Amino acid sequence: MWKTARIGGLGALALILVLAPLGFPNAYFYDIAVKALFNAVVCIGLNLLIGYGGQISLGHAGFFALGAYGSAILTVTYKLPALPAMLLSALGVGVLAYLIGRPILRLKGHYLAMATLGIGIIIHIVLKTESGLTGGPDGMGVDPFSVMGFTMMGDRMWYWAAAALLVLAVWLSLNLIDSPVGRALRAVHGSEVGAEVVGVDTSSYKVMVFVVSAVFASLIGSLFAHKDGFITPDIGSFFRSVEFVVMVVLGGMASTFGSVVGAIILTLLPQVLTVVEDYEAMVFGGIMMGTMIFLPKGLLPSLVAGLRKRGGAAQ
Amino acid sequence: MSLLKVDGLSKEFGGVHAIEDLSFVINPGTIHSIIGPNGAGKTTLFNLITAVYTPSCGKILFDDKDIAGKKPYELAAMGMSRTFQNLQIFFNMPAIENVMVGHHLHLNRRFLPSLLRLPAVVRRDRECRDYCASLMEFVGLSRYVGADAASMPYGALKRLEIARALAAKPRLLLLDEPAAGLNATESREIDEVIKKVARTGVTVVLVEHDMKMVMGISDAILAIDYGRKLAEGTPAEVRANPAVVSAYLGAHA
Repeated sequence: MWKTARIGGLGALALILVLAPLGFPNAYFYDIAVKALFNAVVCIGLNLLIGYGGQISLGHAGFFALGAYGSAILTVTYKLPALPAMLLSALGVGVLAYLIGRPILRLKGHYLAMATLGIGIIIHIVLKTESGLTGGPDGMGVDPFSVMGFTMMGDRMWYWAAAALLVLAVWLSLNLIDSPVGRALRAVHGSEVGAEVVGVDTSSYKVMVFVVSAVFASLIGSLFAHKDGFITPDIGSFFRSVEFVVMVVLGGMASTFGSVVGAIILTLLPQVLTVVEDYEAMVFGGIMMGTMIFLPKGLLPSLVAGLRKRGGAAQ
Repeated sequence: MSLLKVDGLSKEFGGVHAIEDLSFVINPGTIHSIIGPNGAGKTTLFNLITAVYTPSCGKILFDDKDIAGKKPYELAAMGMSRTFQNLQIFFNMPAIENVMVGHHLHLNRRFLPSLLRLPAVVRRDRECRDYCASLMEFVGLSRYVGADAASMPYGALKRLEIARALAAKPRLLLLDEPAAGLNATESREIDEVIKKVARTGVTVVLVEHDMKMVMGISDAILAIDYGRKLAEGTPAEVRANPAVVSAYLGAHA
């Protein structure tokens, strides 16, 4: 049953991604779609940490921004090719997340939230003030992404790349969750001491998932920098970190497909809400509050549970 | 040779001696019970043996190896597993996966094979699932194999913890009040499960209030009060011990 849900889900996702462009009237839609898919990949990583591992990070935009600036600086200032720059940045972010994660993941709940919040803010400030390296608040330009003479041009091309990446990310995430490693991770969420006494090294697992989610964010940050061609420190702001968390929670914690849904909805929503102009923020907030009150498990898990209940009644 | 040796063990909590100068030995292949009135230090003793707490002084030898400085997960790898008085179930997971987490040490735990879902990992996981289903049957939970842990009744969850602990293939199994909160029938069923476990060669140590159960299944009993040893011996010896009788009846004289 689990197997069919896996393959069926992946297939449905791929189908939707292939068919979606048929409904795009102009190139601007591709631009928004790429942003939505990028956010979805970051949220899949973050969901491993929050939804499955039961930890929290309010600083993930910091890792995203480090990936973006890492790629920007390495390619523009040091003339490195895009792919090695991206991987090098991800490696750097992974090491940083490991070094930070070891001490702070001993904290729980609000304390961990505060610590990760602090990290995000520090990264944001560093990017703003180190203007010799990053261009400061004015931001810096980044060249298009090119690999071995092939250059990513235009939003259409980026759309297909991002779609492929999303399917890959979903596949990896589903694999991990349904494996000995993922089980141990979910057990850490369920009961740390319960996991520990049957041999799960809980602190290692927490650090592991923190690093994985940071690397996801960093890789996407790098791609974002190349796609947009211009980055400012605000891509690593506290607001962006919160946005990622909200996407995960709205879509449904501990639901990989839920994260995709949450990321897409919250990326598109501001576009749709431009019709209500001045009240955009209010409507946005209202939707969030309504979701949390009426669908506390998040959109997708609530929907699935609802369908299952109906299906059960029909059988 | 002893499987577990406790020597001069003490634990203080801010000046209160929860355990004071306690020494005893547990031999392999036995069911060993630790009894004592409420607050006698039984659970503290358990938490010391399983390295959840660090002793103030004294030594604990498991398999002749000092466990000082070991983490609980390292003890699990050495062959020690436990259940909890206040359940530590993974309520976010299906029942069978709770047991499968118990088998964690015997699976491929490397990151990349899991991430890439290598066929060997999938195959081993399927075997693990079958094995854990058989363990659930062993503790009498066959009807919950497909259930979510969150939907199971209290008595079943107590057995689920036993199944999870067994999945780690321990040589020493510590059960913290396995019958607490159970009715007479459920308690008798747990009795049977414990005896069955002991018959497979696992050494069982249990903390229990249910005197009928303790007297019925134990090979040896250790009675403690105020963190000190009151008596030690076979059920008959301990039952006849005046110190034990007075501690339980409150006739301090």
